Amino acid sequence: MNPRWRAWIIAALAAAVVAAALYFPSLRNHVKQAAKITQETEEQARRELTQPFLAKPGEPRIRAKLYWASHADDEALTPVSVELPLGNDPVLRAKQVLNTLLAGPVDSELRTLPPDAALLEFYLLPNGTGIADFSEALATSTPSGIASERLAVQSIARTLEANVPQVKRLKILIHGQEVDTLAGHLDLSGTFPLSPTSAPPATKKP
Amino acid sequence: MLLDVQTAFQNSARRDFPAVVRRLVSPLGFSGMLLASATMLLWQFIAPESKVIARNPASSQLQTAPVSNSPGGTLASRPALNNFPVNIQSNVLNTVVLDPAHGGTDPGARGTGGLRESDVVLQFTAQIRRALELQGFQVVLTRLGDADPSFDDRSAMANAQRGAVFVTVHISSTGLPGTARVYVAEDQPPMNGPIAEPTGLIPWDQAQEPFLGLSRKLGDVVQGLLAQKFKGSPSVAQSAAVRQLRTTAAPAIAVEISSVSVEKREDLDRMAPGVAEAIARGIVTFKPSYVVASTATPLQSGTPVASPTGAPR
Repeated sequence: MNPRWRAWIIAALAAAVVAAALYFPSLRNHVKQAAKITQETEEQARRELTQPFLAKPGEPRIRAKLYWASHADDEALTPVSVELPLGNDPVLRAKQVLNTLLAGPVDSELRTLPPDAALLEFYLLPNGTGIADFSEALATSTPSGIASERLAVQSIARTLEANVPQVKRLKILIHGQEVDTLAGHLDLSGTFPLSPTSAPPATKKP
Repeated sequence: MLLDVQTAFQNSARRDFPAVVRRLVSPLGFSGMLLASATMLLWQFIAPESKVIARNPASSQLQTAPVSNSPGGTLASRPALNNFPVNIQSNVLNTVVLDPAHGGTDPGARGTGGLRESDVVLQFTAQIRRALELQGFQVVLTRLGDADPSFDDRSAMANAQRGAVFVTVHISSTGLPGTARVYVAEDQPPMNGPIAEPTGLIPWDQAQEPFLGLSRKLGDVVQGLLAQKFKGSPSVAQSAAVRQLRTTAAPAIAVEISSVSVEKREDLDRMAPGVAEAIARGIVTFKPSYVVASTATPLQSGTPVASPTGAPR
């Protein structure tokens, strides 16, 4: 091969390697963003499928008590009154308050549950055990730690306690499965006892 | 043909044999072998704990076995642990089982700066260990390096001790940086009947139940001392359903330090001596309560399980 051509080919290959090296970080970012968008879309689709509009038109609105993080102490909960069209059926009622809890407060810093988590199903056993089945995001997106996991579970328990008196105990499942811990610390293998004392009255007929 | 091959092999072996011997006894090879043997021998003496943890087969050998660990001699069923050193000297509190949480493939909480809870707790427990040993306690660590024993393995190490308390150390991912919180297990009514089985054994899953009173006392003492050192920390221990505490048949607390979200690693490192001192002093302060409880509640095997604080369940 002509030495001049060989030099050109080597130079072209070197330029291609440099260009590829420069382009690689950008390509990696694109791939990451695409993966994130796909994940969010899947989560959104799951939410839309699993959260039908529960409130029946014409149902009176009741002041429900939801528990989010406190402004004063980031390790404590504070009750917030929210007007919701709550029904008499305890399962529907539980779904409504938990979905509102998941939607989060106006101030996102007071959230106790991750924004991408969804309630997949809620069951109520005859013995008063309420089983809340959450999407995997509850386990994967809750910050790991005793304090943060405790706050997440307590906000669910206290909210049910205040609004659905039929639920005596709470069991949390992740994607239909019983798990050992929420995010490495808090024990989810058992049930959490609830003591409903201040539940709002059942819906009055208009 | 076969004979030819065998003869050729034997000739070749005879020819190469002196070369192999020469290589083995050459000064370099010989000294290498000597060094390796010396290292292995030394390791047998200086690292008995790591050797035991590596051989710990608890998770694969689950079977019910009575173990006496409480001050009052409460029996608990536990996974059998072979080859783990068991302190059977006395009922007086003289051992602290320290548990650096997470490890191995489980990093625990992760900070934005790349801090991993599993790494930071190792440093904290090293300092806590020194502080406890200065106070005369024997310290057992549930892990030494980047291993990840299961929750049950860690509890089994604590349950194999007599006269011991259990402290699991965590770093949170949230909370006010520079504060520390102590958690004790939640006092929940057992869901599946009474805690004491007819045999007098405590179900493994409820091993912490009889120790809740002592755990609360220990937790409050340690939390009070931490609150003096780290402003913004609560003054009393809080209750939480911490998984690690549930299967531990000893006074047990979880200490969580805030947090992996600190801007600089040094901010956390600066807390370590204070945390170590508070825990060591707290256990020293708690020690007389443990001894009093042990003499107050003699327990006969087969009778209903009594709590170490003296109140029958």
